[in-house]
Amino acid sequence: MHHFQHDGLSFYQLVHMNSSSSRGIRSVIAASSVGTLIEWYDFYIFGMLAKTISTQFFPEGNATAALLSTLAIFAAGFIVRPFGALVFGRLGDLIGRKYTFLLTLVLMGGSTFLIGLVPGYKTIGIAAPLLVLLLRLLQGLALGGEYGGAATYVAEHAPTGKRGYYTSWIQTTATLGLFVALGIIMLVKLNMSDDAFNAEWGGWRYPFWISILLVGVSVYIRLRMQESPLFSKLKAEGKTSANPLKESFRHKANFKMVLLALFGAAMGQGVIWYTGQFYAQSFLETKCNIGFEQSRTIMLWGIAFATPFFLFFGWLSDKVGRKWIMLAGMLLGILTYRPIFNYFLQATDSKSWLAEEGTATMPPVVKMEAVKNSTDSVVLTTASFSLADGRKYTAIKTDTLRLTSAFLVPGKTSLINKEVSTGIYWKFVGLVFLLIVYVTMVYGPIAAFLVELFPTRIRYTSMSLPYHIGNGVFGGLVPFIGLLLTTTYPADPLVGLWYPIGIASLCFIIGAVYLSNKIDENVDD
Amino acid sequence: MKNIKKILGVCWLLLAPAIIYMLVHGAVTHIDPTGNKDINNPVIWIIIILIFTPVAIGLMIFGVYALKGEYNKLPGKSEDFE
Repeated sequence: MHHFQHDGLSFYQLVHMNSSSSRGIRSVIAASSVGTLIEWYDFYIFGMLAKTISTQFFPEGNATAALLSTLAIFAAGFIVRPFGALVFGRLGDLIGRKYTFLLTLVLMGGSTFLIGLVPGYKTIGIAAPLLVLLLRLLQGLALGGEYGGAATYVAEHAPTGKRGYYTSWIQTTATLGLFVALGIIMLVKLNMSDDAFNAEWGGWRYPFWISILLVGVSVYIRLRMQESPLFSKLKAEGKTSANPLKESFRHKANFKMVLLALFGAAMGQGVIWYTGQFYAQSFLETKCNIGFEQSRTIMLWGIAFATPFFLFFGWLSDKVGRKWIMLAGMLLGILTYRPIFNYFLQATDSKSWLAEEGTATMPPVVKMEAVKNSTDSVVLTTASFSLADGRKYTAIKTDTLRLTSAFLVPGKTSLINKEVSTGIYWKFVGLVFLLIVYVTMVYGPIAAFLVELFPTRIRYTSMSLPYHIGNGVFGGLVPFIGLLLTTTYPADPLVGLWYPIGIASLCFIIGAVYLSNKIDENVDD
Repeated sequence: MKNIKKILGVCWLLLAPAIIYMLVHGAVTHIDPTGNKDINNPVIWIIIILIFTPVAIGLMIFGVYALKGEYNKLPGKSEDFE
């Protein structure tokens, strides 16, 4: 785009002579990335501790609490995040990037800390789920406003030719936030008993309390930063938008780019992002029945090895353009999701594990439970085994005892807490790594891509909405649509993958046909 | 390429109402107050239909723009947005 001329030097050159020294840009990236990482951490811990949170705040058998729980899980991600993008995007284009993403950080940190302080349902009754819902909605709102601000702020400091690389640091934060959340929860959980962790004021609250320390540090760092030079210049010249929402969505020239950003990039990115990180973890735990510790460490290794690729693909996008890297990530997901997830299933197939002779590592424990409204009882026999190559599992055999005839009807055996052998473990790590590399391909360059699509005066608003609809709505629906498909077509355990494959395919076609691969040299207009 | 963009525009235009139909059909089929799965929960379906209807309408508008050739040349600088 065009340069503002001043004494023979462009505005772009002037700005970067003054503010883009390597030390300056490092501070800009650090201040933005740390805050965004903390916001993702705050958002994730709620989801990861959902089971404990629901026991504490949303008890079963209470219809109102169940409704509030549903709203806390679904409304926070689907409605409030895009709404936060509009509210804070508008604010960021009116008053500036720095103060807006400072506000979102304080809002997020405060809400997270306060969730950790809300007494349980047993102590304050229905007020507990109401307060948690309110705070969760505030979290969603803050997250909706944060990302656009951080990406815009870094991009508006970055010199030409390095925008993809510099903004890719922001792109690492979502995955690193997940990594930190997984790590901290695991650390707390492994250092206390299950009872101590799940108690009303137990260990599950620590990750929420830790947030306030992290946010405090981040706010301090961000307060010392200057406003984006491009926004400051626009403001000094009186050229900021008077109504960013109207300009973004009611002016056809801009609105058509918002639609293109959503359908040609953001929605495909959302499903690839979600499938590689969350669907994979849930699949390993619930479909493959791998135990807590192994399934978490597989994810942690995969994330740790793949995270540098965010930076690599951000850097590469500065050399070869953003479009084809993002689309290649989608295409790889489309082509390999089913074989990869099928391998997870085959390697943990209960039938083949049971067919092998195992050594009992724990004597069988037999429990009898009465069946409601019947004279029959269920007999549960639990026993643990290990196999020759190091695999371990707990088998639960469920038989029915007919009291009228004193006849034991043999039932099925299900395996839980599976531990795969070392060789398979590292193969799983490799495959999860691959899934997250796809994430880095679609996600690494997308901040620079979105920033370059829109003009400075409405950039925050225009890029935030498609990003959060793509990531939050399309991505967030992966488990729900997966469940819907699995229920409708129960014969195929991989049927849930057709949703991310379908959305990524649609996005791939739209992106390939309509997007340009040209890198915008200047974003200072 | 311009013709492909326009022809595909018709696809996007038709895909949007199909998505809305599928969602409403899915809701009618699966909502069950006695069920305990997420897909039986009417509140979740209401949220999803509420959020996806405007997105599907957006896809229709995208199709109309594509059909009119609005994406034949993408804006390169601020003036193009005026």
